Amino acid sequence: MTKLRVNGTDHSVPIDPDRSLLYVLREELRLTGTKYGCGEGECGACKVLVDGVAVRACQTPVGEAVGRSIVTIEGLAQGEHLHPVQQAFVEAGAFQCGFCTSGMIIAAVSLLARSSQPSVEEIRAAMDGNLCRCGGYLRIIDAVQRASRLSSGAGGAVP
Amino acid sequence: MTASPAVIPFDLLPPNERPYFDRFGNGLVVVLPPRQPDPSGWGAGGPPHGGAWIHVGEDGKARAFIGKVEVGQGTRTALSLLVAEELRLPLSSVELTMGDTDLCPWDMGTFGSRSMPDAGEHLRLTGAATRTFLTELAAVRLSAAPTEVELAEGTAKARDSGRSVRYGELVKGLRRVELVPSDAKPNPPSKWTRAGRPAQDVGAREVVTGNRRYTSDLHIPGMLHGKVLFPPSCGAKLRSVDLSRAQALPGVTAIHEGDLVAVAAPDLRMAFAALKALRAEWEATPQPSEKEIVEYLRHHPVEGEDFWDMVHHETGDVGAAFGSAPVSLRETYTTAYIAHAPMETRAVLASWEDGRLTVWLGTQTPFRAREAVSDALELSPSNVRIIVPPTGSGFGGKHTSDLAVAAARLAKAAGHPVRVVFSREEEFTQAYFRPMAVVDIRSAAEQDGTLTAWEFHVLNAGASAARLPYRVANQKIDNQPSDSPLSQASYRALAATANNFARESHLDEVAARVGADPVEYRLRHLADDRLATVLRTVAERAGWSPRPAPAASGSGRGIAVGLEKEGRVATFAEVRVPEDRHLEVVRIVTGFECGAIVHPTNLRSQVEGGTVMAMGGALFEAIHFENGRILNPSFSRYRVPRFRDIPPIEVILLDRPDLPSQGGGETPLIAVAPAIANAIYDATGKRLRSLPLTPDGTVP
Ligand code: FES
Ligand code: FES
Repeated sequence: MTKLRVNGTDHSVPIDPDRSLLYVLREELRLTGTKYGCGEGECGACKVLVDGVAVRACQTPVGEAVGRSIVTIEGLAQGEHLHPVQQAFVEAGAFQCGFCTSGMIIAAVSLLARSSQPSVEEIRAAMDGNLCRCGGYLRIIDAVQRASRLSSGAGGAVP
Repeated sequence: MTASPAVIPFDLLPPNERPYFDRFGNGLVVVLPPRQPDPSGWGAGGPPHGGAWIHVGEDGKARAFIGKVEVGQGTRTALSLLVAEELRLPLSSVELTMGDTDLCPWDMGTFGSRSMPDAGEHLRLTGAATRTFLTELAAVRLSAAPTEVELAEGTAKARDSGRSVRYGELVKGLRRVELVPSDAKPNPPSKWTRAGRPAQDVGAREVVTGNRRYTSDLHIPGMLHGKVLFPPSCGAKLRSVDLSRAQALPGVTAIHEGDLVAVAAPDLRMAFAALKALRAEWEATPQPSEKEIVEYLRHHPVEGEDFWDMVHHETGDVGAAFGSAPVSLRETYTTAYIAHAPMETRAVLASWEDGRLTVWLGTQTPFRAREAVSDALELSPSNVRIIVPPTGSGFGGKHTSDLAVAAARLAKAAGHPVRVVFSREEEFTQAYFRPMAVVDIRSAAEQDGTLTAWEFHVLNAGASAARLPYRVANQKIDNQPSDSPLSQASYRALAATANNFARESHLDEVAARVGADPVEYRLRHLADDRLATVLRTVAERAGWSPRPAPAASGSGRGIAVGLEKEGRVATFAEVRVPEDRHLEVVRIVTGFECGAIVHPTNLRSQVEGGTVMAMGGALFEAIHFENGRILNPSFSRYRVPRFRDIPPIEVILLDRPDLPSQGGGETPLIAVAPAIANAIYDATGKRLRSLPLTPDGTVP
């Protein structure tokens, strides 16, 4: 067994460095907010933050995540208080079926951490690896821009 | 709930014998029984279906029940708004249960854009009746005339005395069941205060926090993971299978029952290992490939069945009109097989308890699934419950029940609950596709452009949107199902996409031939005023100035209209095709009218999303296949629209509070492909007649 730090808590998981981080999160830790969409790195539904940067959990052997800080969609809100990106997705109505939403929010959090006021072009480029089959792209762009305003308005940086 | 054989689904009991109050506590229940379909409308001749019921409880909440399901199209919020509207309740006091076969009214399925016209109407009627009963109860309680009682925000108030009582208080100790009277009067849309206004999705918070549990997220103690063995190519038949190596793996159950070969294992990796350990021999028969498919479909007509809707329409004398026409044109248009590719692949969880089976299934047809599962396992329908958890979209792709049957059989054999979730590759290869369509059109016109004859024949797609919204004296329109080598069935705006693409492309070709402006030419022939209004609105917003196509300047514009499922749409597209022939869609403007708008926020989202989805099928989506094999069963090889593909999309919603509300999930897709094809023609002078238009991104 080895330790995996997810959403601020240490979890013991079997040592099997070949297992994908997605598999461990969903099947072993039952953190099902992170989704399986393709398993080949094409859809972004499985994105989580590893040391603050969005990675595709289906392409990440769990061994690579050991000793680092993993944040999943379940770890973004502070109790009842939604993360600004989550808040913005609610306000912008930026989902339909919602299945891509976790990955979208994680990708947006990662983007805003390195560029606090991204242009539409930057958002498109940074999030092109995330698919929304319901076609909600324009609202998602709107949500990311809102989030950028929400975070700067609140004076706080996006974690 | 503890499952026991005594449980009988509500739809199988008469309304007054259902245990409403044991399940939901004291209160008032108002029931709208299933409705006979309108003899001239959709579903005519079919069984009575739909209906609704509402329970108002001592907690002051309204619980409403309908057989339709939400698979991501936003109807849960829209329908809840209608209940809130009729009952004068805040949205948060309405709980809507959809498609649970133990509790909801029997329904044919969620397809054909029927949620608003059917379930919406049924909930309005039931809600209106509930409001009347609440008013009567309040009148007695407050010693006031019913006309003096006002309902607002869950409270009844007597106008003269000013006394008031909460709904929960009104129904305290009550166990009363009423049927909706025939004179129930829903609030007209022109007086709506809740419906028709922007509103937030009722499940927004659970979505953004990752707490919404889709079928593929469900887990119950002791649950196993199932995998089904599928043939290596379409049409291959199983000759023999040896289960022994799979069965030897720890904790693995393997079954071979009829056509089904499947395994269940304690974890997903073991399930894959067990699947690999099966030794199967298949017998493949040669299958037609993509390159000969048009000819194949032409030469393999079949009788229509199941999902086919048929059209045979003839007026005037087409033959004579062609004989004397100064202008005539004959062309063929095709659309490819495409995949639904919902973000959540097909998923099911089956669990037995005391001989009763519960199946959690991402499906658009829960009652059909109940039938399929009870038939296959020789159970009474009373002993099967289908629950539809939140579902990661359907698009017409989640109608079949095979996976539910497989999970139920596995769970029975293993003695444990079993979850089966398709891999992405299985989703691409083992689901079914949007049928390929071949449309032959022949048309004739006077020298001044007036259309005189129209012959329209569609192969391997249905009748939707095949009828002309234009005035033409002589018409012959029909469709012919074919024997498809790939499995095919329902799809969002299936035949309407093909038929509308063909018609609106062809109309543009005739307009170009006679030197007419495409907007003016359509308006000259349009037989539907509502559609003409939508077209004018879009043309104006797009800044359309009259001239014939093509400009052939490398920049182009195109327009197309569509009328289907009582919705009217017009789409404008602007494109650029530079020297390198790389197509760029620069801008889209879409106008849509579907009667009274119930939930504008969601309708706008459906129109935008539908436009994006339609762009995929218009520009690059296509299933490639050869001798029974699907060649591109992954997102890396089957391209769907991404952020970079999406231009600004302006959506204009035309509200008609004077008209019944219709669905908005399908019709907004149908004018996108022809608008883009027409714009490409305008930009380059090149007419593209096959979808996808630009599979490799360039205009040939
Ligand atoms: S599941 Fe990881 S990118 Fe699709
Ligand atoms: S909201 Fe359904 S896939 Fe994005």
